[in-house]
Amino acid sequence: MPYLVHSPEDRAAMLAAIGVRSMDDLLVDIPTSLRIPKLDLSDGLSEFETMAHVTALAARNRLYPDRLTFRGGGVYRRFVPAAVAAVTSKPEFYTAYTPYQPEASQGTLQAIYEFQTLIAELTGLDVANASLYDGATAVAEAAMMARTHTDRTEVLVAGYLHPEYLEVLRAFGEGRGIKVRRGSDPGPKTAAVIFQQPDFLGLLVDAKALTEAAHGVGALAIACVDPISLAVLAPPGEYGADIAVGEGQQLGMHPSFGGPHVGFMACRRELVRRLPGRLVGSAHDAEGRRGFVLALAAREQHIRREKASSNICTNHSLCALAASVYMTYMGPDGMRQVAEVSFERAHVLAERLSALPGWELAFPERQFLSEFPIRVPNAPAVLRKLARKGILGGLNVQRWFRELKGVLTFTCTEVNDPMSIDELVQAVSA
Amino acid sequence: MADRRYTKSHEWIVVDGKTVTVGITDFAQSQLGDVVFLELPSPGRKLAEREAFGVVESVKAASDLYSPIAGKISAVNDRLSANPELVNSDPYGDGWILKVELAGELPSDLLDEAGYRKVTEAASH
Repeated sequence: MPYLVHSPEDRAAMLAAIGVRSMDDLLVDIPTSLRIPKLDLSDGLSEFETMAHVTALAARNRLYPDRLTFRGGGVYRRFVPAAVAAVTSKPEFYTAYTPYQPEASQGTLQAIYEFQTLIAELTGLDVANASLYDGATAVAEAAMMARTHTDRTEVLVAGYLHPEYLEVLRAFGEGRGIKVRRGSDPGPKTAAVIFQQPDFLGLLVDAKALTEAAHGVGALAIACVDPISLAVLAPPGEYGADIAVGEGQQLGMHPSFGGPHVGFMACRRELVRRLPGRLVGSAHDAEGRRGFVLALAAREQHIRREKASSNICTNHSLCALAASVYMTYMGPDGMRQVAEVSFERAHVLAERLSALPGWELAFPERQFLSEFPIRVPNAPAVLRKLARKGILGGLNVQRWFRELKGVLTFTCTEVNDPMSIDELVQAVSA
Repeated sequence: MADRRYTKSHEWIVVDGKTVTVGITDFAQSQLGDVVFLELPSPGRKLAEREAFGVVESVKAASDLYSPIAGKISAVNDRLSANPELVNSDPYGDGWILKVELAGELPSDLLDEAGYRKVTEAASH
């Protein structure tokens, strides 16, 4: 089908019909500094000439190769097997807008059901939903579940939760009367204790103790977890967490400028009626054949309206499918290998960097997996020096946490080969 | 049953001394269809008159349950968690929902059977 642009007459007719004078009147809510008034392109260029011009401009971008990227902070570069794109690009999945009618969509529903099953197994919990937008909204949705379930208003954030997740949590919580507090001392008003494992800095927290502290005051324990880490760490279900959430980008998705990614959420069976979003169940048709259908829809906002604990009635199906393909293709052994290789390389890197003069681990007594905070002399200068060599260095976390002055968090995954670690260490020593 | 009283929002109560049994009416259960789940409060909770205390979910809808009276919950029908269909099969008997210790007076706008029948007849037309 050819792409037909609207003629000026078409536009004028549409603007008149909705009662605005110009296109600019439709954009008044967007700050002018963020608008591009006119593309700086000569008039009358052919498609070929335009492509050549834009390609030349794009070639001026400097890209950090995956192997020389040592920055994580919530989004990670990992190897994505070709099987992921081979499945997600199938038009049955790729072009369909998540159709849910069971008579038409058994493939889509089965894919979601398998995602739920994989997430439930990975987290060690009873039931998982069809996915959410990302890790940040998953944290906020979990807090709202706890708010409704306990009829309490305070949500306690223990330790270093991703600061952008915290922002989203505050934004969601405001309309729900949730008071977000940072600390590790839950009380009688606490609906939930939220912690991240490993935390935003990459350090392991005492998830069991935090869970017990939450339960001690009748609050829920919400664990925000790294899915790759669950190949080697105890799953939330094992230490008694009530809800596990997280960002699933590492499961077969590229960073892609920060999205779209996928949030996941799993919980104990008793909380299933508070679980937001879509839920696919297995059922049998009139002839006894197994099939898949949306289940427990009465939890959802379109039926419960303002009484529902969430406004989410959708999910990130295509990204969830990528995650399912990744987990299935890698298998438990493959995921464990990925986690172990990342662990080993990050520990080699930590040892070599902390041997540099003036560099020291920010929390030498704490354990970590594949990301760690290190205090360096003149962090901005270190990062500039690395950038000049085409290396993306650690994340300057002082941006969010004043007490972490001069602290960078470095991360290693399986894409950072041993040579890349040599290059990084040489570049900072030079 | 002469001493059963009703609300316009389709709950019934039976008063025995200070103890008030609360349920939903036969008309309500027939409108809801098969009840599949009830979300109920814990004993000990204090209810204000007209306060939403729970949710009844049927195959057709999810509806809030409102307390016809003010008081403190003394018992919740535990059988409903495993057998929510009792609300359909025996709404005035085994399908009772709460027992509440009445605080203060009964509200003045409760309906008798004839009054409630007028409400349901109007709703059916």
